[in-house]
Amino acid sequence: MKTEQEKEQTIIMSGNYAAAWGAKCSKVKVVSAYPITPQTTVVEKLSEFVDNKELDANYIRVESEHSVMAALVGSSMTGARSFSATSGQGLLYMTEMLHWVSSSRLPIVTTIASRGIAPPWNIWADYTDILSIRDCGWIIQFASTHQEIFDSILMAYKIAENSEINLPYFIVYGGFIQSHTSKPVRIPPQKLIDDFLPQPPKDGWGHINLDPDKPITHGNLVMPEQEYLDFRFLMQDAMIKSKETIKKTINGFNTKFGRNYNGLVEEYCCEDADVVVIAYGALAEQNKIAVDQMRAKGCKAGSLKLRYIRPFPTEELLELFNGKVEVIGVVDRGTAFGNPTGGPISTEVMSLLFRAKRKVKALPCIWGIGGRNVTVDDQVGLYEKLLRIKNKNEYPTDETCQHGTVWMGLKIGV
Amino acid sequence: MEKSNNQPAISTGYSSWRELPHIPVSIPCKGSIGETGKWRTFRPVLDAEACIKCGICYLYCPDGVILYQDDAVPEIDYTYCKGCGICVTVCPKKALEMVQEQQ
Repeated sequence: MKTEQEKEQTIIMSGNYAAAWGAKCSKVKVVSAYPITPQTTVVEKLSEFVDNKELDANYIRVESEHSVMAALVGSSMTGARSFSATSGQGLLYMTEMLHWVSSSRLPIVTTIASRGIAPPWNIWADYTDILSIRDCGWIIQFASTHQEIFDSILMAYKIAENSEINLPYFIVYGGFIQSHTSKPVRIPPQKLIDDFLPQPPKDGWGHINLDPDKPITHGNLVMPEQEYLDFRFLMQDAMIKSKETIKKTINGFNTKFGRNYNGLVEEYCCEDADVVVIAYGALAEQNKIAVDQMRAKGCKAGSLKLRYIRPFPTEELLELFNGKVEVIGVVDRGTAFGNPTGGPISTEVMSLLFRAKRKVKALPCIWGIGGRNVTVDDQVGLYEKLLRIKNKNEYPTDETCQHGTVWMGLKIGV
Repeated sequence: MEKSNNQPAISTGYSSWRELPHIPVSIPCKGSIGETGKWRTFRPVLDAEACIKCGICYLYCPDGVILYQDDAVPEIDYTYCKGCGICVTVCPKKALEMVQEQQ
């Protein structure tokens, strides 16, 4: 292997390269890959790292995303740190194996450059891919900056490999605007990364370790009266318990690397806010500018970014609802056809309103589907809708509001 | 390479979820899923006189329930044979036939 970098360096790179660098610096031992836009340059860069002997890993090329994840099931069961990346249709094709990974409690990390689902073909940012498999037992974190993509991979392995947790981990960012634009990313000295994230134990994870000399059978039939139900409960239990591990890991990372990441959510001007927009992904980051503009006009606006949706930040949201907020806008960049709001996360967030100690009004919204541009002006427009609800109890009546949900930018004619 | 002590726990007869390992695994052994011979509706019956002891049935049996040694007529372990009939299909001498249970 080539010599490791001793000093921190800042490199201008795309979001996808930040993901590849994250895997490289985590010293993954196995990468399995199948190309799909807009993820492809993640695994291309990793193949380059392996070829240049900058990364000591087995690189397994297979014929489909289903096989990608099947290959990683095998490699992770031997205790090898395993990585892949995918997008859109590829993630959907992987779906069956995603359950094999989570139900085998394998700490695999995969990055998703999210894109719209076909038909019609669409390759731009839209989180319907990840949202449609949100309940398959993987931790799901959104990364809204390039630096966050890189840093999150280091934290992801630390969290996933914790023997109390042992759940696989998705890091999600939007296709193209994040995956293909370039920004400076700080790469810490490898020694510091190795201190934070040591190699996994040589004898594998505590619960499974493939060893030809000591054969075991895994995944056998379990009868209804045996422990199938109980193993499923353990997965939910691990998800809930992972919240503490996530927060501790983030704190440790912040201290060691001089970063400032929040826990399961990131609040912006929420403390005294009476209208708050709850969103996720890079548009939630952009939404802070809309908050600044609203604040300049004297409106008490706030923005809450969901960094994680699995595990769900229940306590953080209840704390917001039990505080001063009067109206929330809950935004999805993804669809769930036929559910109460049309957006999966707005439905989940609004279900918590029933547990709040006080009445909070809510307006669900869907924005940015299939990469549709969302400007700061659009986001300011959403705050103005929330203010009308707050001040006059007037819910939007224009045609972009359909079945109780605002479809931002819906074409309604002149 | 040094061998691991970090071996998975074997799942059997837990009374509380608190005692469970992350996932169930088992040590492979004969009949680990129970007496699968009870699944059978037809059983393969071997005509020992027609058998040429080639061992093809033993090679093809997906459950490893045909016991075979060179120069001996194979024996079928009916406690675990599920009655799939593959041995009957592959026998070059048609020395095996499927017979309905209870006959």
